Amino acid sequence: MSGVMKRMGMIFRAKANKALDRAEDPRETLDYSYQKQLELLQKVRRGVADVATSRKRLELQLNQLQSQSSKLEDQGRKALALGREDLAREALSRRAALQQQVTDLETQHSTLQGEEEKLTLAAQRLQAKVDAFRTKKETIKATYTAAQAQTRIGEAFSGISEEMGDVGLAIQRAEDKTAQLQARAGALDELLASGALDDPTGIARDDIQTELDRLSGGTDVELELQRMKAELAGGPSAGQQAIEGGTGRPQSQQQPQDTPRFDKQ
Amino acid sequence: MIVRIMGEGQWKLADSHFVELNKLDDDLLAEMESGDEDGFHRTLGALLDAVRRLGAPLPDEALEPSELILPAPDASLEEVRDMLSDDGLIPG
Repeated sequence: MSGVMKRMGMIFRAKANKALDRAEDPRETLDYSYQKQLELLQKVRRGVADVATSRKRLELQLNQLQSQSSKLEDQGRKALALGREDLAREALSRRAALQQQVTDLETQHSTLQGEEEKLTLAAQRLQAKVDAFRTKKETIKATYTAAQAQTRIGEAFSGISEEMGDVGLAIQRAEDKTAQLQARAGALDELLASGALDDPTGIARDDIQTELDRLSGGTDVELELQRMKAELAGGPSAGQQAIEGGTGRPQSQQQPQDTPRFDKQ
Repeated sequence: MIVRIMGEGQWKLADSHFVELNKLDDDLLAEMESGDEDGFHRTLGALLDAVRRLGAPLPDEALEPSELILPAPDASLEEVRDMLSDDGLIPG
């Protein structure tokens, strides 16, 4: 696959691209990098294991060749002891061929051992780097999550302040309305007091006033009736007597005396 | 394999679907390189539709690395070309 998908994937993986950051979670990128590093480490380790396996196989071959070489040497020695120089020569020439193979294998073995050591060292270094990256990645992820949380808290706060603003507005509206009603009531009172408006709500006061008026008015009527009855019965003095406590003296005789008496009091 | 459509999310697709996707993907690359803007948008739309149709969407909270990434549906040919240039959008 070499199309757009693959290439974009590769570029994404290779570069911390700001435009891509908008679409990608940076924690995902970090985890991906870590996963890739682990895969690389795994490959290196597998490489070390492969080289070690090859080295061991070479060692086995070397052992076999060396035992064959020893066997041929023994055979040569025995052949010589038996006076069979031809056989001894054959054994030694075969042994010489084996020795050449042993030398070649030993060279290969030494090369592989060197490679193995290098790879082991590389794997160790890579392991250390991957471990360090893992720690850093977790720190960055934690920081990112914390930043995200902070943003959310900030958003929550601004949401709360908006809400508080709404409450404030509602209170303001309520206050305005109260003030408006108070002003209206005050204005109505003034208008009623000035007589510009009839009081449509002052029914209770009117009832009381009417009753008081009725009572006081009624008393006056009763008093007037009694006075008139007294006048008719015994003249003005009799009426005056009845009203003033019934002294029995005629009003014409008592008037001059009565006035100074009132003055003294 | 997991494919991300930028700005949309991720889809999990079976490997068997990649024959069809690869064909569209190669066409897309060819159209991008030849500067065929109309063809590019047509093929990109078809490719994105195929991913959505053939794949199972991954939940937003899933943290799975995307192996393949596709441009956003409204990406222009020029933007994609810039992203695919040697340096990408950020050099280095």
